[in-house]
Amino acid sequence: MRLDIKSTNPTSTPSIPSSPNDSISNALDKPRRGKRIATWMLFIVILVVCSLYIDVTPYQLFVGLPEMGVLLKEMFPPDWSYLPTIWAPTLQTIKIAVAGTILGAIPAIPAALFSANNITPFKSVSLPIRTLLNLVRTVPDLLFAAVFVAVFGIGPFAGMLALLFFSFGIIAKLTYETVEAIDPGPLEAMTAVGATRIQLIVFGVIPQALPAFISYLLYTFEINIRAATVLGFVGAGGIGLLLNQSLGLFRYDRAATIIILTLAVVLIIDNASTRIRRKLL
Amino acid sequence: MMIELRQVSKTFPNGTIGLKDINLKIQTGEFVVIVGLSGAGKSTLLRSINRLIDVTSGDIQIHGQSITSASGSRLRAIRRNIGMIFQSFNLIKRTTVLNNVLSGRVGYHSTLRTLLGSFPKRDVEIALTALERVNIREKAYIRADQLSGGQQQRVSIARALAQEATIILADEPVASLDPLTTRQVMDDLQRINRELNITTIVNLHFIDLARDYATRIIGLRAGEIVFDGSVGEATDEILAEIYGRPVKADEFLDTSREMQVVGVT
Ligand SMILES: Nc1ncnc2c1ncn2[C@@H]1O[C@H](COP(=O)(O)OP(=O)(O)OP(=O)(O)O)[C@@H](O)[C@H]1O
Ligand SMILES: [Mg+2]
Repeated sequence: MRLDIKSTNPTSTPSIPSSPNDSISNALDKPRRGKRIATWMLFIVILVVCSLYIDVTPYQLFVGLPEMGVLLKEMFPPDWSYLPTIWAPTLQTIKIAVAGTILGAIPAIPAALFSANNITPFKSVSLPIRTLLNLVRTVPDLLFAAVFVAVFGIGPFAGMLALLFFSFGIIAKLTYETVEAIDPGPLEAMTAVGATRIQLIVFGVIPQALPAFISYLLYTFEINIRAATVLGFVGAGGIGLLLNQSLGLFRYDRAATIIILTLAVVLIIDNASTRIRRKLL
Repeated sequence: MMIELRQVSKTFPNGTIGLKDINLKIQTGEFVVIVGLSGAGKSTLLRSINRLIDVTSGDIQIHGQSITSASGSRLRAIRRNIGMIFQSFNLIKRTTVLNNVLSGRVGYHSTLRTLLGSFPKRDVEIALTALERVNIREKAYIRADQLSGGQQQRVSIARALAQEATIILADEPVASLDPLTTRQVMDDLQRINRELNITTIVNLHFIDLARDYATRIIGLRAGEIVFDGSVGEATDEILAEIYGRPVKADEFLDTSREMQVVGVT
């Protein structure tokens, strides 16, 4: 990029027209532009082919749009009398998210410490744990939920468990990356005073990594509160079950009440969490 | 014998020679300053003494105990006896000065006890006395990162004192401080050395500082001891030999003395 700027800057070139820099940048310029155009073309071709293949076309949007209008009309006015009924399930949704996040964050701490190369210099320990973390993170939360519903039956426990695994994967990964980036100085100082490995972690690692860890915990909680609202679709508890029912019974006015309440909850929690996170860092 | 190195050599995994057949005895209460060019092996020597670096061959004894062959709780007990001061202070920045000084006490307690997080009253007293000795007791409850560089270095000295160490190793303790603070920190180290009879080994790259504070100067070059003697014996000619060239102005902290040297050479 810097070469590009130089070649187009007239003031730097006239005195030395045959500057080697110049010829290099010109030579680089053409294939680079060609490459960029080719990349875009490829991108568009892939987009068109894929959407044709799976029947996703602008035509559908065109046909569907009026339906959307109909739906919106049915949704308003929302059925506010439904509010007392959905209060408890909404609270349950929040509880699922809170429990899942915290219970996932706890095992994430040792997992992160055992994955971080500067704390656990044994590849035989860190590698299996990192692999496990990578595996956990490939599974979508809804898939976890569906599996746990199958195992433990319908209800909030399955949802909580799904979010627990999901949070564990994210928090452990982000935390071990933070731990690997901490200042090694205090660790060295603790080694020098004769600290055990655990004392070194308590005095050298935790004070440095804690703010980031809490920030990841809150961030994951923000994600989980959204995920928890749809867990009910696969029977894993929370407000999603009622939303699914309302939609199935064509009670769009009730669905609207649920959506508005959920939106409010998500907004409030996001706001609070973002504020705390900003203070921490 | 306080510290004894016998035929100590260190070759780094990449083949670089850090130390070459070092034999050295240091007595209780000495104030040793190690000088030498950058890369001469000063840090390597210091860090071998408390085994932050494992030597390749030879033996290092502290109070007659081999730290080279120690491990586990015995190694930690020897380390507890050796305070270390770093150029970059290496404090835990987000916590209070007092907690930093208390962290020097962990070697005296079981892991479980420190996990619970409370130090006995006696430890707090030891920590506060240590802070008093370096004149910053009033900063005890302030976060460490809110102190100036010189104050932070004094906290790290207090940490070593809280260890109740009998040896202090200081690796370029004043390299990131201004000239005035440099003197204050060196004065603190000297006072502690004299009042508590703590054996002190300091790496310095300012020659005038070395001469002002040392009771003994050791010159290192390419991992070998090329000079070992009193301050009086460390003449400009000797130093020029250690450095392999005439001593330069930037090897003096005090620029007024730079003139004298220019006059000499
Ligand atoms: N971890 C390491 N791996 C490889 N070589 C190293 C390592 N640490 C130090 N060295 C090399 O060992 C030699 C001695 O290094 P050392 O840090 O002891 O020098 P020093 O005298 O403290 O220098 P300075 O005044 O710059 O701090 C140098 O050549 C250095 O490059
Ligand atoms: Mg050094």
